[in-house]
Amino acid sequence: MRRHWDSFNQWLDHRTGLQTAVRKFMLEEIPASSGWQQVFGSVAVFLFLVQAFTGVLLAFNYAPTPGDSYNSLRYILTELTAGRLIRGLHHWGASMIVAVVVLHMVQVFLYGAYKKPREATWMVGVVLLLVTLAYGLTGYLLPWDNRAYWGTVVTTRIAASAPLVGPYLTRLLGVGGGGVGVVTFARFYGMHVLLLPPATILLIALHVYLVRKHGVAPEPGDELVPRKPFFPAQVFKDTVAIFIAFAVLYTLALVARVPLEQLADPTDTAYIPRPEWYFLFLFQTLKMFPGPLEVVGSVVLPGLAVLTLILAPFLDRGRLVKVTRRTFAIGVVVLAALGWGGLTAVAVATTPKPEPATEIDYSAPTGWMHLTPDEMAGVAYFRQENCASCHAVGEGASKLGPDLTQTSIHRNAAWMIQHFKGPSAMRPGSAMPPIELSEEQLSSLAAFLLKLTPGNAGALANAPDFAAAGALVFQANQCGSCHMVNGFGAKLGPALNGLSQRRSRSWVEDHFANPAALSPGSIMPPYKLSPKDMENLTTYLFALPESGDGQ
Amino acid sequence: MNDVPAPATPQPPPESVTRRNFYVSAIYGLGAAISAALGLPAAIYLLFPPNVRKADQWDEIGDVTRLAANSPTEMTFRRNRVDGWKVTSEKATAWVVKHADNSIVAFGPQCTHLGCAYHWDDGKSEFICPCHNSFFSIDGNVLGGPAPRALDRYETKVDGQKLLVGRLIVPGQQA
Repeated sequence: MRRHWDSFNQWLDHRTGLQTAVRKFMLEEIPASSGWQQVFGSVAVFLFLVQAFTGVLLAFNYAPTPGDSYNSLRYILTELTAGRLIRGLHHWGASMIVAVVVLHMVQVFLYGAYKKPREATWMVGVVLLLVTLAYGLTGYLLPWDNRAYWGTVVTTRIAASAPLVGPYLTRLLGVGGGGVGVVTFARFYGMHVLLLPPATILLIALHVYLVRKHGVAPEPGDELVPRKPFFPAQVFKDTVAIFIAFAVLYTLALVARVPLEQLADPTDTAYIPRPEWYFLFLFQTLKMFPGPLEVVGSVVLPGLAVLTLILAPFLDRGRLVKVTRRTFAIGVVVLAALGWGGLTAVAVATTPKPEPATEIDYSAPTGWMHLTPDEMAGVAYFRQENCASCHAVGEGASKLGPDLTQTSIHRNAAWMIQHFKGPSAMRPGSAMPPIELSEEQLSSLAAFLLKLTPGNAGALANAPDFAAAGALVFQANQCGSCHMVNGFGAKLGPALNGLSQRRSRSWVEDHFANPAALSPGSIMPPYKLSPKDMENLTTYLFALPESGDGQ
Repeated sequence: MNDVPAPATPQPPPESVTRRNFYVSAIYGLGAAISAALGLPAAIYLLFPPNVRKADQWDEIGDVTRLAANSPTEMTFRRNRVDGWKVTSEKATAWVVKHADNSIVAFGPQCTHLGCAYHWDDGKSEFICPCHNSFFSIDGNVLGGPAPRALDRYETKVDGQKLLVGRLIVPGQQA
């Protein structure tokens, strides 16, 4: 058996030269000083392979068009076994590859390994860094959630502000008169999966070829010590580093939840877009240059930084000395790290926390307070099903589906429920997908929609998230079968309007857990609610108008 | 262990051989671990069926009282088809037969041979598939031709006067 294997290998090597090439690559001699500091390049290549692998897997279940991309990603996350893991690997891998590429550059920079004759190797490396960032920028849009959409709106505006080339860049990115849309999406997707990967492979090949051509950079004094082969000692170190990086990545993918926010909503005025963490320092720099100077922060400074990076080998032409004596280089790295860290920290610190919004904004119309719990639950389903991505709700914008405040399209609840279940059956030619909710949930949705008029749409759209969430808890626990809210429900227990006048918050919360202890003789069963549900329900009940009899 | 004749060339010290072996096995071992950690989820991701999120679906197809006994009728209805991340409402067809004892059977509209549409021939009192001349009885059983098995049936139930159809039962295919 062994003999057959050997003779097959000999035959293959004779015809292709494969084994000889691999052996030559693996047994290449490297300087004696090589060691753990040189592992980052291999880790970066490994992470690129992981990105390619998980990227192909994602593409097998992904529809690259706005809207559908969101639905297909949600399908990957919720319905495919291991889908969440694959997406997690791709998401965290993207962050990790940026970090590792930067570490690789810092190592090369500190050791002065870009010096003659390795200038070209360094410059190709800088291009690879830019390509890595381009992946981050283009991939960011592909989930088509709010984060993706708004992040890209900002990015494309920055590109548009570039002197001279701005308008052309805008057109190249597919941002026409209508802003970020289908064309932008197609361009970003095309770049992310068709243009960048082959470019990366070519650049990595060129980079590795140059490394091999000039050999791994030696340290001063290396010429006195015999060289050693790449395999196995250095390959072992590379493999261990790769394994550590992989273990970290895998843990992140398993443990850290990757957000998939709401479907992109171009009419959302409350959303605060933030770029990915490795772009935060640029974002913060931008804020330091207000008004007409903005272009300095958005284009001039980053452009100069990239230029300096590319020209680094020509700016530092001194003789190669030991890394510990390269105080200037160390100083540059420390300053860059402090600057980057400082800007990032400020950006993080100044990011407004997303409000849990338990405060009620009484300055805005509060018509939502008068909805019945069923109708309010309908608001929750309306948001959950992203109805507003196709339907206008009285704001005058024209969207795919009809404006839902037009009372002329309202029919009775039974018709609407049938329509939700199979839109094209009730309205031939309708492009609306069926809504998959239970009968009771659909009836809530219908109840809310029937309530909409052009006059009250604004007030109802104002309903805070806690109220919608609270109404869901109210509905799920069938509170309405004993209690009355806004004139709807049974009278077995006390009406819940005006609860905030009668009881304290903590009393109500304790009461849920053990009604009999707080109101002797009560027939209300105890409810075990999660802290979140408890908070939403109580806040919702406390927000109800004092008397529930009138609109 | 056993005595090996000393080789002609001087061997590196044994400690270095052990270390070399350790390096090589670590490289292969860690490589295999990484490949398995990626390959296994990938296979699961591609091969496992999606989690089914819906309970049985029953669609109204028509009024049972309007069916004549032993006279197969082609009836259309609309149903939601879950196709990956999309749910589409589409037109579906069934051949519905009411037997003399009032029991009702709804056949899937495709021939079990190669999926052509078949039809009921009143004169011959059999289902005929024009593609490759398969013939089926009013019970759906194969009377002749290349069809490998009887016609597939929908799950059915009657609610008052309404006939409801559920999923199409195809032997050897999971729901």
